[in-house]
Amino acid sequence: MILASSFLQEQNFLDALYIVAFALFIQGLRGLSGPTTAVRGNRIAAVGMAIAVIATLLNKGEGNWGLIVLGVALGTAVGVPAARQVKMTAMPQMVALFNGVGGGAVFLISWSEFRLTDGYSGTATYIAVFSLFAAIVGSVSFWGSNIAFGKLQEIIPGRPISFGSAQQIVNLVLLILALAAGVDIAAGSHSEAIFIGLLICSALLGNAVVLPIGGADMPVVISLLNAFTGLSAAATGIALNNTALIVAGMIVGASGTILTNLMATAMNRSIPAIVAGGFGGGGAVEGAEGAGEHAGTVRSTSAADAAIQLAYASRVVIVPGYGMAVAQAQHAVRELTKELEKRGVEISYAIHPVAGRMPGHMNVLLAEADVPYDQLKEMDDANPEFQRTDVSLVIGANDVTNPAAKNTPSSPIYGMPILEVNDSHSVIVIKRSMNPGFAGIENELYYDPKTAMLFGDAKSAVTEITSELGQI
Amino acid sequence: MILASTLTTNLAILVLAGFIGFVVISKVPNTLHTPLMSGTNAIHGIVLLGGLLIVGFSGNGTFNKVILVIAIAFGTINVVGGFLVTDRMLEMFKSKPKPPRDADGEGRDAS
Repeated sequence: MILASSFLQEQNFLDALYIVAFALFIQGLRGLSGPTTAVRGNRIAAVGMAIAVIATLLNKGEGNWGLIVLGVALGTAVGVPAARQVKMTAMPQMVALFNGVGGGAVFLISWSEFRLTDGYSGTATYIAVFSLFAAIVGSVSFWGSNIAFGKLQEIIPGRPISFGSAQQIVNLVLLILALAAGVDIAAGSHSEAIFIGLLICSALLGNAVVLPIGGADMPVVISLLNAFTGLSAAATGIALNNTALIVAGMIVGASGTILTNLMATAMNRSIPAIVAGGFGGGGAVEGAEGAGEHAGTVRSTSAADAAIQLAYASRVVIVPGYGMAVAQAQHAVRELTKELEKRGVEISYAIHPVAGRMPGHMNVLLAEADVPYDQLKEMDDANPEFQRTDVSLVIGANDVTNPAAKNTPSSPIYGMPILEVNDSHSVIVIKRSMNPGFAGIENELYYDPKTAMLFGDAKSAVTEITSELGQI
Repeated sequence: MILASTLTTNLAILVLAGFIGFVVISKVPNTLHTPLMSGTNAIHGIVLLGGLLIVGFSGNGTFNKVILVIAIAFGTINVVGGFLVTDRMLEMFKSKPKPPRDADGEGRDAS
């Protein structure tokens, strides 16, 4: 009895620590909602995590310290250098990878739970159900995130890889097989072979869902998988009766869902459409039709001409895009704008919500290059200003500047919010070639008489303009 | 009976946490979405706790020990890497009153 009551007290104490931990998570996330409080918010959440871990280690039956130290040491040895050394441009795939290992941990935990209880014998059915749910979702998230990482890192081709029209059927069959295996185990089959089958089906499903998705949709997918991992963590929490896991996992599930929706809306894509069938097909075909309409001419320019145009402008807006991020041209761009500012040119940056590879990614990249925060204009603030802009310098951005999104109802991107670059007096577009962007459609902007194209890699083109500028 | 009430309590917590997640997050400005995604990503690394709990139970065989060590390592990567990377991103939003550094400084001053 004494033993039981001291155990109870200890449990109460641990639960109290968990409550402190998730209160800190919530406070931390609130902090993340403003630029001035964000750093502190993240650290508050990290403190919450430390408290949650310590509370767990204080648990009565906690032992096997050797294994715990081994696991934590391994994880730290991999995680810390990875987080410190990753380049800011490679951030999205890093997030994908961290998300993937989280999903991996979830399904491994479910598996060990299954083995430890001899196939959930002697546990309530609901525990088996939540644990199996976690196993399926965790496994999908692990494999899906790894594919997303591979695509962004360009280990796997970024273009959609699919079984064509059979894709949906394959996905559906895999999902049904995984669910059937889960039902069988929950009903009490205790078969580890079936559990492994469930993991394999989920793994194949994770691959099959993400492989057909093109590189441009990857941020949405990572965000979706992030939400999935959160949900699976919450399910693990219910299976293990652990409040901290439930709260933290569910908050991530909810926030990830919102974020996914926001990103998809900004790209004018629907989440079901992204998940169901990659980018390919529709967009490319319609793009081909669109190409016929614009048989107009494209005017190309040189770095020297561009430099003159910029030097004598009084107001220049930089429109950075994915191409600038890939070429890592943000520092070169900053040098160029410094040079222009010396000549009294007013500079601002117009940031589309999905510029770069994720919402906010472009801001991170430009902040890294020491661009003053107040020069960054979000789309709604930037658009009215284009009319009094002399030169818009579009660097590696394509679909987000396409006027077809406003003017051509038949365009696949019709309705997508864009930066109204074509309102400015003149436009210079730095681009590697005339290849269409991710949406696979022609950009009318390039055929506009006031647009000049400067072909080349974003970084070298910008550097060239800067050096030409020095000679004026 | 006791099991059932544990389940309902936990489900209640789950639902409430979901609402808190919606309310807290829906106010974040666009600019901070990437750091936010990275930050929430770090928070779901809390699955680490699951590994820590189960490794403490008696009766884990060798294979279970192996997968649990991997699970703990994965969870640790998720937590430690996630928070560090988010911190690095957010540091860049701070105004930096410092002498101009070379353009290729690459932000190695992580924290």
